[in-house]
Amino acid sequence: MDYVVEMLGIRKEFPGIVANDNITLQLQRGEVHALLGENGAGKSTLMSVLFGMYQPDRGCIKVNGKEVKISNPNVANDLGIGMVHQHFKLVHNFTTTENIILGIEPKKGLSIDLKSAALRVDELSKRYGLDVDPYAKIEDISVGMQQRVEILKMLYRNADILIFDEPTAVLTPQEITDLLKIMKNLIAQGKSIILITHKLKEIKAIANRCTVIRRGKYIGTVDVKNTTEADMAKMMVGRPVSFKVAKTESKPGEPILTVNNLSVLNNKKVLGLKDFSLTVRAGEIVGVAGVEGNGQTELVEAITGLRKVENGNILIQNEDITHYSVRKRTLTGVGHIPEDRHKHGLVLDYTMEDNMVLQVYFKKPFSNKGILNRKAISQYANRIIQSFDVRSGEGGASIARSLSGGNQQKGVIGREMEREPQLLIAVQPTRGLDVGSIEYIHKRLIEHRDKGYAVLLISLELDEVMNVSDRIAVVNNGHLIGIVNANETNENEIGLMMAGVEGGTQHE
Amino acid sequence: MNRKGLISIIATLLGLIAGAILMFAAGHNAFEGFMYLIQGGTKSLERIGNTIATATPLILSGLSLVFAFRTGLFNIGTPGQMLFGGLCATIVAHTVNLPRPILLVVLIVVAFIGGSVWAAVPGLLKALFNVHEVVSCIMMNWIGYWVVYYVVRDYFPNGSKATESLPLADELTLRSSWLSNLFDGSYINLGIIVAIITVILIAFILNKTTFGYELKAVGYNKHAAAYAGISVNRSVVYSMMIAGGLAGLAGLTQYLGVATNIQIGVMPTQGFDGIAVCLLGATTPIGAFLAALFFGLLYAGRGYMSVMTEVPPEIADTIIATIIYFAATSVLVERVLDKLKSKRLGRKVTSFTDDPLIGTNVQNTDDESDSIGFMPPTNDKTKGDE
Repeated sequence: MDYVVEMLGIRKEFPGIVANDNITLQLQRGEVHALLGENGAGKSTLMSVLFGMYQPDRGCIKVNGKEVKISNPNVANDLGIGMVHQHFKLVHNFTTTENIILGIEPKKGLSIDLKSAALRVDELSKRYGLDVDPYAKIEDISVGMQQRVEILKMLYRNADILIFDEPTAVLTPQEITDLLKIMKNLIAQGKSIILITHKLKEIKAIANRCTVIRRGKYIGTVDVKNTTEADMAKMMVGRPVSFKVAKTESKPGEPILTVNNLSVLNNKKVLGLKDFSLTVRAGEIVGVAGVEGNGQTELVEAITGLRKVENGNILIQNEDITHYSVRKRTLTGVGHIPEDRHKHGLVLDYTMEDNMVLQVYFKKPFSNKGILNRKAISQYANRIIQSFDVRSGEGGASIARSLSGGNQQKGVIGREMEREPQLLIAVQPTRGLDVGSIEYIHKRLIEHRDKGYAVLLISLELDEVMNVSDRIAVVNNGHLIGIVNANETNENEIGLMMAGVEGGTQHE
Repeated sequence: MNRKGLISIIATLLGLIAGAILMFAAGHNAFEGFMYLIQGGTKSLERIGNTIATATPLILSGLSLVFAFRTGLFNIGTPGQMLFGGLCATIVAHTVNLPRPILLVVLIVVAFIGGSVWAAVPGLLKALFNVHEVVSCIMMNWIGYWVVYYVVRDYFPNGSKATESLPLADELTLRSSWLSNLFDGSYINLGIIVAIITVILIAFILNKTTFGYELKAVGYNKHAAAYAGISVNRSVVYSMMIAGGLAGLAGLTQYLGVATNIQIGVMPTQGFDGIAVCLLGATTPIGAFLAALFFGLLYAGRGYMSVMTEVPPEIADTIIATIIYFAATSVLVERVLDKLKSKRLGRKVTSFTDDPLIGTNVQNTDDESDSIGFMPPTNDKTKGDE
């Protein structure tokens, strides 16, 4: 068999943990090889070993059949290994060409030879169908285009082995389709690809083979064609996982949240949300679908009181909360699972106990006349921690920072649900989490609905919106494009609406 | 002994070692030097009393820094707050005629309010216009400096000596003959009792009250605090005012305790020393208390050292400076400790997910581990995203 890269029996330890334990990954020439694993399974460590950022404690790496020692990323570059990082490493006020040549600038005398570099970029871009303008500034181009600049960076350096680290996490459905096309193109031109991901659908769509690792251990390598998504999920998580979110038909009751003709400014001081109206009833989950930055943040912050409303009003069970303080809204019955759990959701240097009472610490029994009641706080917090299966070293006494992302998120969700808010706003509740945690969180959201409360779900993951919601509101450029029933629509229709095409009949 | 305490002790030891090397390099006997330095601060009851008296304003100014740091603010305005709090108390002591117990209470309240007012300005500027408190605090220091200059020279000059205010009678200050006699005539004063009570009170506020919970939440992560419905701006102003009040009390113990008058044209070094006290005390009230006593010992003992040996008193200042340096770079000490620890534990395999290097969840690791040691972590790194 013709392998371009072989990582054989790789072991990498960090003080106190084995991140990779006897892992083998063999990349055939001209294949897309998926590397599948939960968060913390050791995928990044393995790729860092391949990229020369860590030295393996045991095992060997062969490139094109020859054993090599990759002591730093430059060696990896020389061997033709390139990596597209999940978070792009681009200078925003540079042009695409300037970004691509950064570090290996072609020189003409004392100045940089931008012209010939741009020509080469243009040529590469055409050959692989990337459609990148060599003179565009990064800040002016879309996220998908920025990713293609990252791909060009590798191609410019003559990489033959391309590592993609969770490349679709930041893309819209349309951009994902484009990316898969580009990857096929790259393969056709003789490149080989390692795709790090935990999205099974994409593996099914593009990969030839798939290597699964779990908790640092090698589980197996399978032929994607002959393996079902469910089987791969089972290999990854270690138990069967259900994809279909089990839920009954919703029984919508009285309106809980009513948003009327809402207009809100965004950070650039122009209207980010325009004349937006929406109703969420008791016992239903309304999903908001849309490409990032189309008014979702403004909507959430307006409802939760973090952003001023320019026009229109917001009602919770007929109580006008448009001008309430955040605290008063919380008490009226608004729960908020924020998009960024580190920025808004948690005080990372507080213990989990302190974090669990972030909105209720001033109430009895958690405090009395301004004095905190540690015992009551601890009991309350540990109840949440237990019922939401938040795993941490020292239970409630653990510092929030020390928990893994998934457990931090479960903590935040537990805190918000424990207050039993009439309206629960969940923004990207499963971002960056693995299949097991996602399944759990979706179950909890539906439980909340079934208790007769309203849920507003905002997510960039179309699958999530479609699986969990009862109705879907699609936003584009701050406008409500339409509302559709989740079980009467399909990805295609919503994708078009997300792009701004006024489709979808107004199901109300 | 917890970890932070250990780091402070290591910083102290490293500072002392550096001081010893300095003394040695200058051709002095380091052992002898340290012996006299410590003896100078502890040899007799009187000297112990003087050590405590020297430490008193440092405890309070250090505490002021601790309180501000814990709530996410850098109160570098302690000198100005000390001056203004001390000035207010001096004016009251000179002009108001009250029975001593009531006078003492009034002095404490007035000094606290004076410092608070001085710190409220940077607090309000920060809350309303996002002016960085370091800038406005430094300006308030100089305003305080010149206000004292003007008020003392024009209204309370010490006779023809216009460089200081008229000394107050001991009954009008924190000085107490009972306490002085207990320590063989030292200039120890009631300020230490004020300081101890304040330390306990501040520790209580920070750790046990909803008020402290709110202030700390704002200090650690103001976005999360706002999300939870805590008023960030109000917290900032309150934090600054309390920190300023504490510095005002430091001024009271300095100008109406250690001394009995205010000198003009002098920015009190005790204010800036508070930063060192706070850092060495690992930004805890009790730590600041202990660190201040240690600094008090060094300051009180250095005169004795220079009399008994050839070592110049500047060496004591150098040692203090070195300790501050090591305390400020405590991150470095912490890293070395970590390395040693992992070596000692060998390669024992314990848990799986607590290493941020593992896993692809990049959001999980992007905001930690690079706090610079001088400022406590404020978790403001996400601010740039807005």
